[in-house]
Amino acid sequence: MSDVKYSKEHEWLKLDGDVATIGITKHATEMLGDIVFAELPEKGSSVEKDGTAGVVESTKAASDVYTPVSGEVIDANQIIVDDPSKINADPEGEAWFFKLKIKDVKELDTLMNKDEYDKFAKESSQ
Amino acid sequence: MAKKTSLYNLHKKHGAKLVEFAGYEMPIQYKDGIIQEHKFTRSNCGIFDVSHMGQLFIYGKENLTKDLENIFPIDLKKLSVNQSKYSFLMNENAGIHDDLIITKISEGYLIILNAACKEQDFKIIKEKLNTVYDLQLKEDLSLIALQGPEAKNVLEAKIEGVSKLKFMNGGNFKFLDKNIFITRSGYTGEDGFEISIENNHAEKFVEEILKKSAKLIGLGARDTLRMEAGLCLYGNDIDKNTTPIEANLKWAISKNRIDTDYPGSKIIKKQIQSGVEKIRVGIKPESRVIARGNTKIFSNDDKEIGKITSGTFGPSVDHSIAMGYVDNRYSDLNTKLFLEVRGKKIPANVCNLPFYKKNYVKGEINV
Repeated sequence: MSDVKYSKEHEWLKLDGDVATIGITKHATEMLGDIVFAELPEKGSSVEKDGTAGVVESTKAASDVYTPVSGEVIDANQIIVDDPSKINADPEGEAWFFKLKIKDVKELDTLMNKDEYDKFAKESSQ
Repeated sequence: MAKKTSLYNLHKKHGAKLVEFAGYEMPIQYKDGIIQEHKFTRSNCGIFDVSHMGQLFIYGKENLTKDLENIFPIDLKKLSVNQSKYSFLMNENAGIHDDLIITKISEGYLIILNAACKEQDFKIIKEKLNTVYDLQLKEDLSLIALQGPEAKNVLEAKIEGVSKLKFMNGGNFKFLDKNIFITRSGYTGEDGFEISIENNHAEKFVEEILKKSAKLIGLGARDTLRMEAGLCLYGNDIDKNTTPIEANLKWAISKNRIDTDYPGSKIIKKQIQSGVEKIRVGIKPESRVIARGNTKIFSNDDKEIGKITSGTFGPSVDHSIAMGYVDNRYSDLNTKLFLEVRGKKIPANVCNLPFYKKNYVKGEINV
């Protein structure tokens, strides 16, 4: 899974050509607890790297979802809006958040690979 | 340093996520998570550590009842021994210092206070009672709540006779030859019990209960349970700037106390007679969006008319739920409201409380 990259805001990004599928990591869902609400960016909208691109709410609190790269939103996953519990069940699979047409591939260089992210996540939760 | 309850080690052993709450390190949730813990309580028996709450014993004879009636807006004379009532400690403006449960015991009264308010309450009550009575805010007692439809079977199996208690009634029982005081009460909208037990026996007691089909439940689920039951959380839904009438808790003011004296009595009487400007209502957003405390409330014609005080997702009603104060002219059932969440106006409606129908065992009519 070398094509999956991770951000410090606990998003994952899977690359397929110039399209990135983005979601939140398993570690993020464990920190958040049971997710009961998800809001996604609108198809056709543009999002900027590190800008807000959605919201998740657990029973306890609301948290912003950031986009790790800039681009145009070409798809948003209605499945997690209809049933947010899917985000806890399969955060790095079925419960992706949105797909972007990437604006600048160089932005990908700022992201972490899996080993780097696992280490980062472990350290940041201590 | 946050204080620890007598069940601290047990919480850790059961994988609790601990947070500081009212100066205590308390479990917000265990491994199952808030939603599972919430649903387990509604279908089985949840065990809650509420030892952070204050257990104030006031010892005294016949004059104590009269003197406490000068402080609390309830008809204590009518309370029989081991009977409990929900009440308030109020200031002169009828603002709520704390909401509490007062139980008549053979030696006087036991008052259960909110953790964050207990030291202040102790001072206020002591000052008002002068020095005649012995007041003890017990730190050597734990308080454990068992809540849910199976609570009576779980507890009866260990302590014979508890299932005969009526709601808002209590009694003295034994656990391994130690005296414990049990009331049939709680704050989840379920049938249940609160057990007052010496700190050094609390862990053993909970371990015995855990052998039955019961689980430890954290404060996170306690909060979603009480919200579904339409119950107020002190500091969120009621405080020094709200009166019991504004909070829609008029039922807790004894009818024959309305014309008598207690702190705030003039304002309570006036508000009962001529109404209030703002009132607490249940609010149901039309979508899954959660409106949390401090969310602004707008009318159909875009006037700001109030604020949400508590809001969450209700796992048993499977819906976003909230409560808050609105201008009384907008408090009728089904009034259309708009809640400002992240810059958007979310449609919502005034609805009946509770969101979740209660399963209390009937005894005294209290609600």
